Amino acid sequence: MAAIFQGVGAAATLSSSPSNSFVPKKFLTSPRRSFSVRKVPSYVVVRSDGSVNFDLNSKSRRAQQLVANAVATKADSSAASSSSNPGHELLLFEALREGLEEEMERDPRVCVMGEDVGHYGGSYKVTKDLAKKFGDLRVLDTPIAENSFTGMGIGAAMTGLRPVVEGMNMGFLLLAFNQISNNCGMLHYTSGGQFTIPIVIRGPGGVGRQLGAEHSQRLESYFQSIPGIQMVACSTPYNAKGLMKAAIRSENPVILFEHVLLYNLKERIPDEDYICNLEEAEMVRPGEHVTILTYSRMRYHVMQAAKTLVNKGYDPEVIDIRSLKPFDLYTIGNSVKKTHRVLIVEECMRTGGIGASLTAAITENFNDYLDAPIMCLSSQDVPTPYAGTLEEWTVVQPAQIVTAVEQLCR
Amino acid sequence: MATAFSAPKLAAQPFNTISPTSQHKPLISPTAASPFLGSTRKLLRLSSSSQLNLRRRSSGSVFAVSDIVKEKKSTSIPSLLITKEEGLELYEDMVLGRAFEDMCAQMYYRGKMFGFVHLYNGQEAISTGFIKLLKQQDSVVSTYRDHVHALSKGVPARAVMSELFGKTTGCCRGQGGSMHMFSSEHNLIGGFAFIGEGIPVATGAAFSSKYRREVLKEADCDHVTLAFFGDGTCNNGQFFECLNMAALWKLPIVFVVENNLWAIGMSHLRATSDPQIYKKGPAFGMPGVHVDGMDVLKVREVAKEAIARARRGEGPTLVECETYRFRGHSLADPDELRDPTEKAHYAARDPITALKKYLIENNLSGEAELKAIDKKIDELLEDAVEFADESPLPPRSQLLENVFADPKGFGIGPDGRYRCEDPKFTEGTAHV
Repeated sequence: MAAIFQGVGAAATLSSSPSNSFVPKKFLTSPRRSFSVRKVPSYVVVRSDGSVNFDLNSKSRRAQQLVANAVATKADSSAASSSSNPGHELLLFEALREGLEEEMERDPRVCVMGEDVGHYGGSYKVTKDLAKKFGDLRVLDTPIAENSFTGMGIGAAMTGLRPVVEGMNMGFLLLAFNQISNNCGMLHYTSGGQFTIPIVIRGPGGVGRQLGAEHSQRLESYFQSIPGIQMVACSTPYNAKGLMKAAIRSENPVILFEHVLLYNLKERIPDEDYICNLEEAEMVRPGEHVTILTYSRMRYHVMQAAKTLVNKGYDPEVIDIRSLKPFDLYTIGNSVKKTHRVLIVEECMRTGGIGASLTAAITENFNDYLDAPIMCLSSQDVPTPYAGTLEEWTVVQPAQIVTAVEQLCR
Repeated sequence: MATAFSAPKLAAQPFNTISPTSQHKPLISPTAASPFLGSTRKLLRLSSSSQLNLRRRSSGSVFAVSDIVKEKKSTSIPSLLITKEEGLELYEDMVLGRAFEDMCAQMYYRGKMFGFVHLYNGQEAISTGFIKLLKQQDSVVSTYRDHVHALSKGVPARAVMSELFGKTTGCCRGQGGSMHMFSSEHNLIGGFAFIGEGIPVATGAAFSSKYRREVLKEADCDHVTLAFFGDGTCNNGQFFECLNMAALWKLPIVFVVENNLWAIGMSHLRATSDPQIYKKGPAFGMPGVHVDGMDVLKVREVAKEAIARARRGEGPTLVECETYRFRGHSLADPDELRDPTEKAHYAARDPITALKKYLIENNLSGEAELKAIDKKIDELLEDAVEFADESPLPPRSQLLENVFADPKGFGIGPDGRYRCEDPKFTEGTAHV
């Protein structure tokens, strides 16, 4: 079984521990690097109004020291700093682009299709300059026909290419639902395994800064029932690049969810080639009292709340589930077995969301280990309002997370 | 030999959609040449604006397709359209298609296959006319009426029949069924149940071909893709979106419309503002050709040109083949809406009978030889049914296979192992 973990092994470029037994926790140490205390820390601080600040100047460096203690993981920090390679700093959208570019160089069959991905460089600049480098056919500017160009990507994938289809906003992929559900998910099965569909469908989603209801959608709940696809959500530059690469290399169709507000996160990532396992969750902060499961942007709200919780004396364990479908029940299960309390924090709507599925999965598998009912904090079942105040109240805020943990740990 | 692309007689004609029936007064003068029989009963309830349209059209020169055929025969044709070998190949393929579909109907009523089964009787000329011109590496994308496309493309009758019986030896291991025929060996990329959803996939296959040629620098890659679909699909957004993209990037694809006038019970004329589908090609920048889909030789001539165009890199073509399905939409369709006169009209133009007549009259073959082919096909089908009958049903262990190309996609279970390593998984009893 060693072969299966080759890709996973690459993610743990730093540790030299043997990987012939499956120990996912080992690999979960790497992404913490942005929070570990090193020479040049770069921090992400999520303020309570949801705005994201990064790379703070020296004035707030002192505050950062406190922050560092709150969020630094206790175990295995040696793995992170053992590498002599300093890595390079970049923003999340640049990390996505780097991952994409590296894969395009590595395999000439990888191509990009989407609206404004070519000459415009992508509406969030994820594909900036790629068309100049690889040509107009490899980075294809499509007309505004989501259903058809997603289907075209699927047809191209079936006939030997490895397309990356970009939805300018994830919400636009609702127009491509026919192709994603029927063809992307099903054709490998209905063809009896004859055709593979190694397509990656990606795009920014989530609630942004007053973008209005239709541009603030969370499609992970709509796609999660489709059999035959995998869904992952990136949240840091490190895992963005890693997941992008893993998704492109995967033979399965993968939907990669990015978040509009996270594109400007800065982090230092390794120079060497690495991927993040598509099926694994990421341990953000080990703890003892409560397991907080989250993904994408809510990770930062959770970490913000974690600071407050630590100051209040709680020790939350924060896991970024990353793999929305399938769930990494090993990491999650180990955490539940340790803390016996679960809080799910998500941006998805309450009804039928990722949290709902996760609650069911945990209850089914780990019911005996729970000391309290699972709490799930999701966005309100409301079309995201335009007004800033209303928008703030539709998504989960750090204060609510603190209250929930306090309630759970009573 | 009329090439369909140079001022074609057929393409230029507006077809007159009115034909007086005994029950209703005709909208236009009964002396206008009659033509293309659509079902006219509903048509007479149309609004006046469309009546005007029709009237305007009927002032152009209108030819009955059958008149053209007669004309062709009377002028002396110096060279025949096909050789003997080609003729026999076409005949055999059409007979295979027809006999196979008839056998399907029999098997369905005997309870050997279930669900929705859509038969192709009457439309064989299109499948044979187009697909027999393709190479193995060219791709074909079809709809739910795909058995005959599969057969023409070279998928063995045994594999198709087994698939219909739901046996594990079927071309898709029994997992696809009637509406999802796939063959990677023969480049048959489906088999789609929703109309229109195959067209973007076909466009993608054509895109691959162009990509191979231009980006991967496989200079000799000139694979062509054929997308088959019906008249109902031509009102669907995916059709138009793909016409646009294919013409925009000059993709090597041919869009073949099998216009059999009916989308289940919806007459094409009731569903479409401008029923002349071939005219929609030039609107997107590609030639639109209308051809008599009951005549395999005419279809073949048009197909040759369209496929050659695509191979040369000149881009897509929209070919509208006027045809008819002799049976209902599916085996569950009582087929009550279609006018018996209309059915009789097209039954008289059976493509197989027409080809047979052509072969015999032009001394390309004789009754005996053609009957021998009929017999051969019958035996082939008996063998196919027997094979399908004797094949095993899929075992439980097959349930979870092929969901993912990489079964790691089922994720990591609570015990830390990938679920696909769980022995219950390979037995098909694991719950994923």
